[in-house]
Amino acid sequence: MKRREPLTNTQLLTTIAICIFVAMYAIAVIAPVQGFEKFQMFFDLLNDNAYLIIISCALSIVMIGGGINISVGGVISLTVMACSLFLNGTSLQNGFGIVAALFLALGIGLAFGVGQGFLISYLEIQPFIVTLAGMFLSRGLTTMLSVEPVKVSAQTHAVFYAFRGNKIEIPFLGYIAQNGNMIPAKLEIGAVVALAVVILSFLLLRYVKLGRNIYAIGGNQQSALMLGINVKRTRFLSYVISGLLSGLAGFVFLMHKPTGNASVAMRSEMDAIAASIIGGTLLTGGVGNVVGSFFGAMILATIQKIIGMSKLNDSWWQDMASGALLGFFILLQSVVLSERDKRRAKRNDSKLAVQRE
Amino acid sequence: MAAKKSSFLKKSGLGQLLIPITALVILLLFNLIRDPSFFSIKVAVNNSGNSVLSGNLITIIDNASALAVIAMGMTLVTAACGGQDISVGAVGAIAGSFFVKILKSWETVTAGSMILAIVVCILTAVAFMMFNGTLVAVFKIQPMIATLILFSCGRSIAYWITGSATPQLSGPIIQAMGMTIPGIPIPTPIFAVILVGIVLALIFRLTNLRLYTQSVGVNQGAARLNGINPTAIKLLSFVLLGMCVAVAAMIGVCRMAQLSHKTLLVDIEMDAILAVAIGGNNLGGGRFRIAGSIMGAYIIQMLTTTLYAMNVATVNVKAYKAIVIIIIVVAGSPVIKNWITSMTNKIRAGKMNTSAAKGVE
Repeated sequence: MKRREPLTNTQLLTTIAICIFVAMYAIAVIAPVQGFEKFQMFFDLLNDNAYLIIISCALSIVMIGGGINISVGGVISLTVMACSLFLNGTSLQNGFGIVAALFLALGIGLAFGVGQGFLISYLEIQPFIVTLAGMFLSRGLTTMLSVEPVKVSAQTHAVFYAFRGNKIEIPFLGYIAQNGNMIPAKLEIGAVVALAVVILSFLLLRYVKLGRNIYAIGGNQQSALMLGINVKRTRFLSYVISGLLSGLAGFVFLMHKPTGNASVAMRSEMDAIAASIIGGTLLTGGVGNVVGSFFGAMILATIQKIIGMSKLNDSWWQDMASGALLGFFILLQSVVLSERDKRRAKRNDSKLAVQRE
Repeated sequence: MAAKKSSFLKKSGLGQLLIPITALVILLLFNLIRDPSFFSIKVAVNNSGNSVLSGNLITIIDNASALAVIAMGMTLVTAACGGQDISVGAVGAIAGSFFVKILKSWETVTAGSMILAIVVCILTAVAFMMFNGTLVAVFKIQPMIATLILFSCGRSIAYWITGSATPQLSGPIIQAMGMTIPGIPIPTPIFAVILVGIVLALIFRLTNLRLYTQSVGVNQGAARLNGINPTAIKLLSFVLLGMCVAVAAMIGVCRMAQLSHKTLLVDIEMDAILAVAIGGNNLGGGRFRIAGSIMGAYIIQMLTTTLYAMNVATVNVKAYKAIVIIIIVVAGSPVIKNWITSMTNKIRAGKMNTSAAKGVE
């Protein structure tokens, strides 16, 4: 009989995150927390946090490569602001306007990704400082574009406004309202994009050479170099991907809330880092999984929703709960990994002893 | 001659400070050319009738106090743990709220209650930093991740302690601590920075802590084999950071004469990490120079004040700041450094060749 392969650290941590999410959601349904009995709540979590899911993937990819990117929130605010100004001012009042806005969003993300990636991988500057400067720059550019909120409305760009209102309706997951009408479950386009990003980045990390190389340089840069991996280019590309994804997240954010504002996605980089960590990505690099990050983001979103729906509707409780949750996960991971290491060391010792005999 | 110079730089350890010193000098020169009156220092009389020094330079040094103090502590944590603490602002808010809570238990602020409040403030900050330190040193969690916990809920804890109000403080002692002591024209926070600097300098002068911290930062396993306890050294660095945070919190509270848990020391963690990096310290741990971090803090503050003096809108300052920071870190990057060394070596080699050729002739 073939001996079952033990779970890798990545899989173990991801499994823990998924279990906790399922348990938490089940408790919310059974307890019952208002709103959680409907399936629509799950879709609402996806709709509201689509941008967070995308930047969590962006951060996981960079963190698996042993880096960090704290400019994602700033890039989102810059993209949302630039796109809403563009949509309000453009003469392209048709589908091309939307495509142009999407390319503008991706272009901004790409520019930040390329710039930061170049400074980090080819000039060997510490990623934290480079992306911190990127955060300052993007937030500063946002307020330079406009200090006042810029709203895209049906009057300023009718086609975009209609486009963002499109929702995918799934009847059999809906619920029957009090007046007897069937209300189908609704999923926004942004949420579908977010799910696609999760799947594509999972495939990228798992089956594409670039993705495997990102794991390699995060795990051990020296060995990766000796294996003939182009470490600098791989690191550069990981930042380019994360920049592109943050641009995309900005566009998704705009579709969900079509208002450019200086305070958009404030501190969302820290939420994304927390989501990645809860999902089992280690900041040291080489370990992680975007599926885990997806569930990490959903865990954060669920706990905030539960508190929001309970009588404790206060940002104070939300902060405390996310802090406590994060602390719990970090400690759990630390304990689980160190226990495994100990057990492995013991097993290796006994193997050595057998060999000696 | 050049070889001698570089070895002198290496010996004195000034090589690491080359970039921050250059940046500071360039900023000063820029201001000198732009507007020489930037440097004027006047003696003015403040609201309470004391004569105080006023001028841009004094403002810079005064306003950078909290940042400089925290940057000192951050340098130690960075050196020992190879990571940064991002919860300093939040822990500062907690310590500040305990400070105000104690002061508010009496009608007026007296010397006795102030001493008690200072002790409680320091103990609180140290206790919360010990929590971070335990996660990092005992549970071996990356510092940035471990401190993310208090980063996300620290200000809520401060809110819980003070309630929703923003308590106001008043009285001569608060004014003496936050502004100036009557009779001394220099703002008091500057003395706080000097005091913390002297205490840290004495610690490093009288003990082997600098060597121990650096060896733990460079190679933890090797340090352990040499009889150094890495856990203790890391915890100690967090304790020292806690003391620095407490001092910074008191500076912040006394200057504003009120406590707002949302704005006390807000975003200071990012500036402190920047100060450490600009000071030429490796964020991955190991060798460190506290003087560099202090200089980094003053560079950041001087940059902000210069931008304000140039009538840049407050909200746009961040963008310009980012560009200057990128220039500074690019100038200090290892690749650029290596390139400059190889270029100077080439030039020197060229000169040697020509002189050798002359000798043959």
